[in-house]
Amino acid sequence: MNVWQFMLQNHAEVAELTLEHLWLVGVSTLLAVLVGIPLGILITRWPALNKPILGSANIIQTIPSLALFGFLLPAPWIGERADRLAILALTLYALLPLIRNTYTGIKGVDPAVVEAGRGMGMTDRQLLFQVELPLALGVIIAGVRVAAVISVGLATIAAAIGAGGLGEYIFRGLAMVNNQVILAGAIPAALLAILADISLGWLEKRLSPG
Amino acid sequence: MNTSPHHGAAIEFRNVSFHVDGSRELLQALNLEVRRGETLVLLGRSGSGKTTTLKLINHLVAPTSGQLFVDGKSTDEWDVIRLRRMIGYVIQEVGLFPHFTVARNIGLVPQIEEWPADRIRQRVQELLQLVGLDGQLASRYPRQLSGGQRQRVGVARALAADPPILLMDEPFGALDPITRAELQREFLTLQKRLQKTVVFVTHDLREALLLGTRIALMEAGRLVTVLTPEEFFHSTEPLVAAYVDAFGTELNGGGKRGLS
Repeated sequence: MNVWQFMLQNHAEVAELTLEHLWLVGVSTLLAVLVGIPLGILITRWPALNKPILGSANIIQTIPSLALFGFLLPAPWIGERADRLAILALTLYALLPLIRNTYTGIKGVDPAVVEAGRGMGMTDRQLLFQVELPLALGVIIAGVRVAAVISVGLATIAAAIGAGGLGEYIFRGLAMVNNQVILAGAIPAALLAILADISLGWLEKRLSPG
Repeated sequence: MNTSPHHGAAIEFRNVSFHVDGSRELLQALNLEVRRGETLVLLGRSGSGKTTTLKLINHLVAPTSGQLFVDGKSTDEWDVIRLRRMIGYVIQEVGLFPHFTVARNIGLVPQIEEWPADRIRQRVQELLQLVGLDGQLASRYPRQLSGGQRQRVGVARALAADPPILLMDEPFGALDPITRAELQREFLTLQKRLQKTVVFVTHDLREALLLGTRIALMEAGRLVTVLTPEEFFHSTEPLVAAYVDAFGTELNGGGKRGLS
């Protein structure tokens, strides 16, 4: 039986695991956007926070994913369910590209444009929402794109703690020493990653000014 | 703005110095008055302190020492946002917002001042006409315009909320000579009509002689002297004479304007 036949036969399960996978990636990326972008903005305003915040996000990146899942296990509420745990871990990993890209995007806005706005009496808030964020949007979306693609890959590990997703097939296949089963998880995961990359890449181009 | 108890000065520098921490003085003990309705040109080489002087007026930088009065009130006492909104600001073309249409760029100050939308639209059309641009351009983006058109938009944007004071930082510096001459002429016509208090930065003596009611020559963070264009042209002050000499051939070639 080849991988296509296997997937066809188990199409309901493949679809379910793909949806679970999408849910893990979608929720964690969304949470990372909600936390990462404000943090990125914050460190453009208070440069003193730059090192501690970017440094922490960097350190999180270096923790191996299985270990991070383990670290978070004792956390109250979070540790009770595997999917909560997986989402928190994925969110933490996605923070770095979001914080960093928000920061560099805003810092990369032509200072003459910002100064013109300031000189005409725009408040800090108006400058942020009307000038800096719109002009940094392309770079910020590029950060979302990197975060989403990384998450699709990392989310396969979440199956190791029972959070579901396409990793289920990969771990099952490894246990069964069955390449078809491994591929039944790996191929849809790869397709998801490519899809996320292309669609967010398109959005990035659309929203980049100039 | 006629609320000032002060004599004719719209802007007054009293012993203003400015330096960035640890570096040399960018501006030393500047004393200068800008009269209501005049065009005062700040002339000088790069690094002479012209732009710093301009940015002190709209408080983009704060004096290290000394005091600066706008409309009779010290810039420390002004609400900085209010102060800036009554001062139009034109810089080289890069200052336009690339992601805003021409209409949104011009309507920026009215928008942040929360004018009703149709009044902004009307004002934008008025201003396009005032600076000699086709109303059709309102929906274009800055990158779709020529350099001269962009600069006109910059002027229109600065005039949008009808501010009594206008700061212009080498506004025509990046233009080709023909377009520059055209915009200089239009500036003169416009200024005759609007009678704004204008502070105009340039390093081009020709432009200074043409546009200025008075010319303030700056050198290495100091004000050398303030003269009318005619006085400037005939001055024996060494730095002024040196400046005139440097431009000499070009000026004799037809630049000496009718100083009437």
